[in-house]
Amino acid sequence: MIEQVAQMARRSILQTLRQPALVIPPILFPLMLMAVNVGGLDAATNLPGFPADTYLDFAIAVPFLQGSLFAMINAGSSLARDVETGFIRRLAMTPMQRAALLVGNLSGVLVVALGSSLIYLGVGFAAGMDFPAGVLGVPALLALAMLIVLGFASLGAFVGLRSGSGEAVQGFFPLFFVALFLSSMSLPRNLIEQDWFRTIATYNPVSYLIEGIRSFIVYGWDGEALALGFGFATLLAAVGVTGAALALRTRLVRT
Amino acid sequence: MSRFRDVAFAVWWRTIHNFTTNPSFLLPSIIFPLFFFTAFAGGLSSVGNVPGFDFPSGYTAFQFVFVLLQASAFGGVFTGFGIAADFENGFARRLLLGAPNRTAILAGYALAALTRAVIIGSLLFVVALITGMKVTGDGVDLSGLIGLALLVSLTATLFAAGVAFRARTIQAGPAMQMPVFLILFLAPVFVPLDLVAGWVHAVAKVNPFTIIVETGRDLIAGTNPHFLLAAAVALGLIALFMLWAVRGLRRAEAAG
Repeated sequence: MIEQVAQMARRSILQTLRQPALVIPPILFPLMLMAVNVGGLDAATNLPGFPADTYLDFAIAVPFLQGSLFAMINAGSSLARDVETGFIRRLAMTPMQRAALLVGNLSGVLVVALGSSLIYLGVGFAAGMDFPAGVLGVPALLALAMLIVLGFASLGAFVGLRSGSGEAVQGFFPLFFVALFLSSMSLPRNLIEQDWFRTIATYNPVSYLIEGIRSFIVYGWDGEALALGFGFATLLAAVGVTGAALALRTRLVRT
Repeated sequence: MSRFRDVAFAVWWRTIHNFTTNPSFLLPSIIFPLFFFTAFAGGLSSVGNVPGFDFPSGYTAFQFVFVLLQASAFGGVFTGFGIAADFENGFARRLLLGAPNRTAILAGYALAALTRAVIIGSLLFVVALITGMKVTGDGVDLSGLIGLALLVSLTATLFAAGVAFRARTIQAGPAMQMPVFLILFLAPVFVPLDLVAGWVHAVAKVNPFTIIVETGRDLIAGTNPHFLLAAAVALGLIALFMLWAVRGLRRAEAAG
């Protein structure tokens, strides 16, 4: 089983690394958007009650979420392509276990996402980001970031396996992009003036994922933010992995 | 002249027909500007309370102008996507063969982009007014804002058309989209130029889109707009990209 997972993970990593279009945008696009927002919204730090000294500290959490959305597309598209090209049907004729395909694919996506996350952190530190959580905060932040990636990537895998269409996976991207924008991405929830927007952001789980990552950078160790962040990320991952496993059961049928 | 008009009209009609009858073209063009308007004007409205932020029409109108100009620009980019797709499926080559005046093809696409900008802009205006946007400028000011939006649409269309005529593949989409995205977002998007910080401020000061978006905001607020300067910048860009697009068209003709 471990050998099978390793083989599938290696395949997933190589598939991603061999296509610059799958590697460069997930790194560059979130950083570029963050750089623009840091300059454009720096004045927001002058609002009474704004929790960070610089907008960089506040906004650096967002690339982690955007990177997760790209991981979702990569995981889903790759499995959809495997369905489209008949790879999964051929796999059904081998002793490969179903779980190995899914775990291998998701592991590959996680390895690539870990690389992106380290780059986001490196850029943040290079730009002068505060990090009150200290040295232990770095692995904890990465753990939360990877749990979030697992959640989104497994949702992508579910859609890819269920639909067997790369277009369907791409079609889900705007939906999650909207969820990201309708969250506490740009301002803390207590500073969102419009009631309807604050209500949506409060019910939007993406807010708690961002706030979990942000807490390491802005507050240090914030128990409530971390509990909510890890809690929602675990729930997302559980739903995604269960859905993907069920979808794979109907896709990879041995007769 | 009638040949030019006939070709331009035919290309305009086909492009607008495709745009209005295919939900996969129409819906994103409508939903994305409305979404950005909602996300920026709704989610960031407290930014209007930042010390030094002094805009008489309020934050909704402040963001409306940016979203209107952004939608106009992206309508032009999507028209470029359509040109590239027409080359990929072979339609554009047949069009080049059949059209007695090929510059009219470019004119047709540009007219279609302007029509798109009018449709999307009207819808945005209606939604913004329903959600309580304050307009303190008068009718002349609003006409100026609409004029600026149309000039932005034409500029983006000519730029994207130049790329599409040269690449002749939809894979060139990022080459049309990214420069426009960068020009738009490296301007004062969320706050006035004086409150933009760091390197973005330095870039925004020399970004030609800055004078256009700031004049648009002055127009909606009715506060001392530098309309002629903004229109001159837009017309200069149009002249530049007209040359770019026509040369691209000649390259497409030469490629056969």
